[in-house]
Amino acid sequence: MSHATGVGYLKDGCLPHMWCPGCGNGIALASMLRAFEELGYKKNETVVVTGIGCWGKTDDYLLTNALHTTHGRALAFASGVKAYNPKLNVVVLMGDGDSVTIGGNHFIHAARRNIDVTAIVLNNYNYGMTGGQCSGTTPSERYTSTTVYGNPERGFDICALAEVAGANYVARGTVYHGWDLKEHMKEALGNKGFSMVEVVSPCPTHYGRNNSMKQGVEMLKWLKEKAVSKEKYAQLTDPEKEAYFVIGKMVDKNEPDFSTRYEQIRARALEGGAKR
Amino acid sequence: MQREAKLVQGNEAIAHGAIYAGARFYAGYPITPSSEIAEECSRLMPKVDGVYLQMEDEIASIAAIVGASLAGAKSFTATSGPGFSLMQENLGLAVMGEVPCVVINVQRSGPSTGLATKPAQSDVMQIRWGRHGDQSIIALTPATVKECFTLAVQAFNFAERFRVPVILAADEIVAHMRENIIFPDPGEVQVIDRKKPTVPPEQYKPFEPESDGIAPLAAYGSDYVYHVTSSMHGLDGYSNNDPANAQWRVAQLHRKLERYRDEIVMTKSYDTDDAEVLLIAFGATTRAARAAALEARKNGIKAGVLQLITLWPFADKEIAAHGKGAKKIVVVEMNYSGQVTGEVRRILGPEKDITLVNKYNGQIITPKDILEVLK
Repeated sequence: MSHATGVGYLKDGCLPHMWCPGCGNGIALASMLRAFEELGYKKNETVVVTGIGCWGKTDDYLLTNALHTTHGRALAFASGVKAYNPKLNVVVLMGDGDSVTIGGNHFIHAARRNIDVTAIVLNNYNYGMTGGQCSGTTPSERYTSTTVYGNPERGFDICALAEVAGANYVARGTVYHGWDLKEHMKEALGNKGFSMVEVVSPCPTHYGRNNSMKQGVEMLKWLKEKAVSKEKYAQLTDPEKEAYFVIGKMVDKNEPDFSTRYEQIRARALEGGAKR
Repeated sequence: MQREAKLVQGNEAIAHGAIYAGARFYAGYPITPSSEIAEECSRLMPKVDGVYLQMEDEIASIAAIVGASLAGAKSFTATSGPGFSLMQENLGLAVMGEVPCVVINVQRSGPSTGLATKPAQSDVMQIRWGRHGDQSIIALTPATVKECFTLAVQAFNFAERFRVPVILAADEIVAHMRENIIFPDPGEVQVIDRKKPTVPPEQYKPFEPESDGIAPLAAYGSDYVYHVTSSMHGLDGYSNNDPANAQWRVAQLHRKLERYRDEIVMTKSYDTDDAEVLLIAFGATTRAARAAALEARKNGIKAGVLQLITLWPFADKEIAAHGKGAKKIVVVEMNYSGQVTGEVRRILGPEKDITLVNKYNGQIITPKDILEVLK
């Protein structure tokens, strides 16, 4: 049996990709394109909206429709695309800076609105493109180029944020667990309403180098060891928990998405049912 | 059948004008004195098969209308000072990505929160230069409720025709004023739609201008697949760092508007043929200027008014032509700096007798204020 490669969505001449050796973006991209293929996505019916950052440059590799936007605002652009044409598959690629730091407001409101887009958030715990500064997900005490004495702040749990904001589907995977990652993406893309997959990914060039994991392989080993199931995580002691994180599906709901609700409101408007 | 005039507010007229022009997507965030546009759209859009989307802020509002436009909608948003400031970055994306859309900026008093409910005309330069990077912009400014309607239609026509964002720069006075207007029937006022590609989909390049200087724009979801990016890009819409391409592209963004400058720049003149005193005004101040000019004529002063309907590109030629014969120029505007006055000085030169009549306290400029300097 042959597996989906997703290569039909990839622009010719893009390999090897532009990202650093050891970067997880290539695996994340391959997982996403395989999911596209398995879902039978048509290029003209698919719009990939990207933010700014290493992962945000992905649109240059794609043969689907694409909209490369401004830093942090990709979800707001995507909301306009989807709200006007709900038939489109709208996929939003953002890093941790884009999604929950500069763009945090759009992130929680897209989830609250339950707009039917799929956000694929590549979390490498720092701003890779600009030289490895700390972001809104950099954990406390970690080192980056702007937290050389350790990070005094705490990092967001992106999945928890998406969940409490009302997302229909939330999962976390890593680029070490590539097959599961593709499955999460596939489920997220197939789920109506706001779906979010957090992809924990290595940035050996900056985050790893600053935090005793200079080699890409070391970072993959870190993902292999520290990313655990909900059940396994529950068995850890509290001090142990700090070094580990949960992967897997967190939320899988079927609440009506924005466009479904808007059509109901539209029907009411046509019946002349304004409150005032 | 005789049509009845309706007593309509400026903001309502803008919303109706936009929908008349074919707008079917509104995204916005409430802000005084523009909120009635959002309210009107929230009522009307569901009934005309359009979408009303209330966003979390103005940054998101303009982002959403850009997204909707690329999905094929005529789209717009409305805001005022603080919100317009927040929109600047994504407005730049609309310029760079050549995305047709309309932004209504109902100007209010600043700086910052300022006198939040009071009028001003102090965003003239922000509209022109508010974004980083060198770029051109079209801005129109209504003086009456009727113009709120007609210029809303015109703003969409320019946006669609030239693939640009267009600013409709109203002010609190015109936006909250009520006047009688007759809404035109469909087909009565020209409505222009963007050019769609006609080449086979595999040959489509979203940034390749045709002989008219404008590239056709497909819609996401059509047979055409295309890329739009905030980054410097080639004809195919993929990012491109080649200096020659960047040189050509930045110039192209300017030149496509320069080429149609005479069609874009609109002015109206009142009693200017023999005018020795030329009053230059725009938006709500036009009304005071006209009243003052008529009053001055009664006192034997040959005064006329040049109304700037298009704020940007600036009416250089028209001001030069009208200003030549006048002994005295009076520019009327609601800001301290004389944002339009400076442009008029640039055109007519330092020797010309140019007087600024201005207010920046949130109060309207009256005919009496203008007559003071005509004595």
